[in-house]
Amino acid sequence: MPANKKNLVVLGAGTAGTMVVNKLRKKLKKDEWNITIVDSSTAHHYQPGFLFLPFGTYRADDIVKPKRKFIPNGVDFRVAEIEKVLPEENQVLLANGERLPYDQLVIATGTTPRPDQTEGMDGPQFHDTVHEFYSFEGSKALGEKLKDWPGGKLVIHITEMPIKCPVAPLEFTFLADDFFKEKGMRDKVEITYVTPLDGAFTKPVASAALGTMLSDRNVAVEPDFIIERVDDGKIVSYDEREIPFDLLVTVPLNMGADFVAASGLGDELNYVPVNKQNFLSDKYDNIFAIGDASNIPASKAGSVAHFAVDLFAENFVSHVAGEEMVHFFDGHANCFIESGDGKGMLIDFNYDTQPLPGKYPLPGVGPFSLLEESRVNHQGKLFFKWMYWNLLLKGRPLPVPALMSMAGKEEPKELETTEV
Amino acid sequence: MTTATIAGAEVQVNDEGFLTDPTEWTEEIAKQLAENIGIELTDRHWEMIRFIREDYAANGVTPGTRRVQAAGGFTTKEQFTLFPKKPQKKSAYIAGVPKPAGCV
Repeated sequence: MPANKKNLVVLGAGTAGTMVVNKLRKKLKKDEWNITIVDSSTAHHYQPGFLFLPFGTYRADDIVKPKRKFIPNGVDFRVAEIEKVLPEENQVLLANGERLPYDQLVIATGTTPRPDQTEGMDGPQFHDTVHEFYSFEGSKALGEKLKDWPGGKLVIHITEMPIKCPVAPLEFTFLADDFFKEKGMRDKVEITYVTPLDGAFTKPVASAALGTMLSDRNVAVEPDFIIERVDDGKIVSYDEREIPFDLLVTVPLNMGADFVAASGLGDELNYVPVNKQNFLSDKYDNIFAIGDASNIPASKAGSVAHFAVDLFAENFVSHVAGEEMVHFFDGHANCFIESGDGKGMLIDFNYDTQPLPGKYPLPGVGPFSLLEESRVNHQGKLFFKWMYWNLLLKGRPLPVPALMSMAGKEEPKELETTEV
Repeated sequence: MTTATIAGAEVQVNDEGFLTDPTEWTEEIAKQLAENIGIELTDRHWEMIRFIREDYAANGVTPGTRRVQAAGGFTTKEQFTLFPKKPQKKSAYIAGVPKPAGCV
């Protein structure tokens, strides 16, 4: 390696990291920059598919492909466990003892469900009566469980925010309702939705538009539930409420990678504190964190990572040239919400603007409807899998702008007052 | 969004009565908001309210239960003791920051 060549090291070859190397390999000259991407796994999962696996809509092999297929030529893909970052030495220490020197580092190791962080959650009941669908293994195991589950009390539970894909537990609830109806056994299943927030819907406009979607489906909601432990067949909150279950589908506490904490780069949930507009570390001017791995107050979602990477790639080139970063991220997210019965919804929002009704992406035309159920929205969600594998990961342009636009959205009206 | 007069000050509030501009918050307002929901503020309440306000100012998001415990030093049990039943929502209300929310 010529001594004058610089090293960009990207940690994590998931959605964000893969997009970063695809974008930056095109922008950085090969005779000036080496790019290395590190991940402990060789399998790339289409994570939105984890929602469908439990209901048999997708098979396991629909949503897994080799990571290497999406890493461009000219990028060194290293399969290795990361021990820690040594930011004072500008090196990454791998678990095998090897050190990777870097000039610039991008942390894109995402967030992971951690059932071990709640007492009793990963005990003997785990993968038996206690399940989760935020991992490939968990989603598959839940699919096996649901195949011949005779019914009973189904409790869908969120441990604590923030979680990856914050609408997924709602989508799971809608799809479960639909799944049991299709099987002719909805009357044998009692569904309760348990959340640490003050309701299933918390944003005023969305609450007004969608607030009855759970009661319409005969789903009970238990709000303000801060879980203390999972007991035998029940969850218990800090204020000693108990909710019995025959099947618990929980979203465990989500945390960033442990090496982030070991490197002194994380907050209490191992997320890297960064500037929320350009993703540069608060502590080091050659470390960025992008995607779910950072602490930005945006949804932890692939769409956010996608919009963020679009701006980041432009900024990065300026940053390494010693120039100002002039693109400012607005927290833009764009998420389909499956609502069952072949329908779906779409939401489009950012740091400052809550999800609003309207049409997307073309004002007045759509074809997608915001904050409203439609069949086209559901088809959009299914088609997105093709876009993900064929366009998004490879860093090819998608026909949607990185920053949120108010065009096509309806401004909120005054809402009725409610009590705290 | 409406204007309300709280403790003699004119402030912007949302439909649930939460302040929408944290810079309009004063200790006098906090006392009134606490009284609205039947909470008598002790030193420990004030410490937690100040932590939440500082953390919100630094990170742009209202801290969750775990963060209030790990970074603020208030165990979850204590949060429930100080702000019964709904510690996240009640403490945010009095601190003049948005309630913890999802994306819809």
